[in-house]
Amino acid sequence: MNAYLDFEKPVAELDGKIEELRRLSADDATVNVADEIQRLEAKSAQALRDIYARLTPWQKTQVARHPARPHFFDYVKTLVDEFTPLAGDRGYGDDNAIVGGLGRMRGRPVVVMGHEKGHDTKSRLKHNFGMAMPEGYRKAVRLMGLAEQFGLPVVSLVDTAGAFPGVGAEERGQAEAIARSTEKCLSLSVPMVSVIIGEGGSGGAVAIATANTVLMLEHSVYSVISPEACSSILWRSPDKAQDAANAMKVTAQDLLGLKVIDGIIPEPLGGAHRDPMKMIHETGTAIDIALKMLSGRDGNTLKRERREKFLSIGRTLAA
Amino acid sequence: MNWITNFVRPKIKGLFTARSDTPDNLWRKCANCGEMVFHRDLAQAQNVCTHCDYHMKVLPKERFDALFDGAVYDLLAAPQAPADPLRFRDEKKYVDRLKDARTKTGQTDAVVSARGLIGGVPSVVAVQNFAFMGGSLGMAAGEAIIAAAEEALASHAPLIVFAAAGGARMQEGILSLMQMPRTTVAVQMLREARLPYIVVLTDPTTGGVTASYAMLGDVHIAEPGALIGFAGPRVIEQTIRERLPDGFQRAEYLRDHGMVDLVVHRHAMKETLARILRMLMEGSAHGADASMVDDAALLPVPPATAITIGRAPQP
Ligand SMILES: [Zn+2]
Repeated sequence: MNAYLDFEKPVAELDGKIEELRRLSADDATVNVADEIQRLEAKSAQALRDIYARLTPWQKTQVARHPARPHFFDYVKTLVDEFTPLAGDRGYGDDNAIVGGLGRMRGRPVVVMGHEKGHDTKSRLKHNFGMAMPEGYRKAVRLMGLAEQFGLPVVSLVDTAGAFPGVGAEERGQAEAIARSTEKCLSLSVPMVSVIIGEGGSGGAVAIATANTVLMLEHSVYSVISPEACSSILWRSPDKAQDAANAMKVTAQDLLGLKVIDGIIPEPLGGAHRDPMKMIHETGTAIDIALKMLSGRDGNTLKRERREKFLSIGRTLAA
Repeated sequence: MNWITNFVRPKIKGLFTARSDTPDNLWRKCANCGEMVFHRDLAQAQNVCTHCDYHMKVLPKERFDALFDGAVYDLLAAPQAPADPLRFRDEKKYVDRLKDARTKTGQTDAVVSARGLIGGVPSVVAVQNFAFMGGSLGMAAGEAIIAAAEEALASHAPLIVFAAAGGARMQEGILSLMQMPRTTVAVQMLREARLPYIVVLTDPTTGGVTASYAMLGDVHIAEPGALIGFAGPRVIEQTIRERLPDGFQRAEYLRDHGMVDLVVHRHAMKETLARILRMLMEGSAHGADASMVDDAALLPVPPATAITIGRAPQP
């Protein structure tokens, strides 16, 4: 069913055996393997539970990047009715790594936007693996402006390794585009809810995640730099990514402890990719609750609270 | 503006004890042209190569001395910030790296701020020192930018930030990343108070610093030849596996691509800043009246009135 991650090997082996037994019984109806399959399935589930109960930060990074993990459009397909994509930054072009538009979540009209990584070679190339160009951030600013103009809440789904580092991106002001997008988030007079659904990669993530409520999926990660890059800079070696992930505190649990995020959405056993629909519905419920909690506040309050929330980050930690 | 009259000669000697130009190092080799420059000439020229005009790095004290009228200014106290909340260690403990940087620079962290007069305009200036862990943006640097903005607000003065950083302070993890939105809040406070916020981009300014407060100025000035960008050139080369064009991500390139207003020689910096600040502050003083537009006056003229003005109604 899934591409197994390295550390899921015991589960992969058990699942392999189960498959084999199924094939056997299909070939030869006289063989009764139901009991054995049941026993192995229980064993596999237990192995999965054990592994996922103590994922290391580096393992979580792998889960967060799993190719079968639900991505932006998977969420939109299920959670957003009447989705109407809106394109373009009105200056240069349209970016496909940051996408968004109008739609209804549980009946309520919203502006929804986020990073889309793609799910196969073709779509990954189209979406540039979720790494946005300046046009993506400028489109985000535009969409947030639209939300503000018509009093609609903004929902962002964050899933990026980072903003794209390339000649064109620099030429067209990647840094400025990111800075303006963060600034726009902070100036909104409408509610904004962000969910880190996979990878929250550095400035490319924070640019659309500076929200009133920031949530993370249980096994998602959010960090200032990728563990690999941190490893090659600080350890001067590419293979200390595990240590870097540990040291940087990249997990949802770490970030909740540091009061950088507001909540964690539990994932199905074995990660979001093992039961995408369940994950998507859980996320929809969490967003709905977050929006309800923010409703009824006036624009100035929303803006002030959002700023105060970010200003207070880090101040309560021991000096 | 009372604080201006209370200015005293700053007692900053102790803060800037660590200097690179020790007596054994009377000559400095220019990294650009390779010529040796005598340290006193270099100091006189604000660390601009006397042979080729290459702008070398300067320390905050040198910036302040060159910028503030009569080299008179008050240093702002370094704000409190949690040190090493992640208990980070790579090959070395972060606390040890911090200690080394403090010894080397005489600063508590990368950003030092001061207030004083620039061409007669009371101003707050924050300078990021690349010598302090690459100027990297951690909690202390973020707090210092916020505190400088708050000082500007309290004294109704403009804020000038001299940016220089390799990017984020990785040893502070996500808390370093959070300085991007946090410093952006500081910029917004200045905007709302209509106080000028000017960024001077110096060599090098990259990463999260560029992607937050360093690209949100009312006016962007860059020093000649300064490397300015989001991703560093090495990262880009690794990604695209191509050699980068000459002058890529340099100050002049950014100006040509619309990201920087002016590339200004260090020797003309004070005069340029003073000129801009005077005009903006004069505007800001009147701005409050100009912004109070009566909404009713913006409504279209009622049709009946329009007709009587346009042509007399026919009997
Ligand atoms: Zn030279």
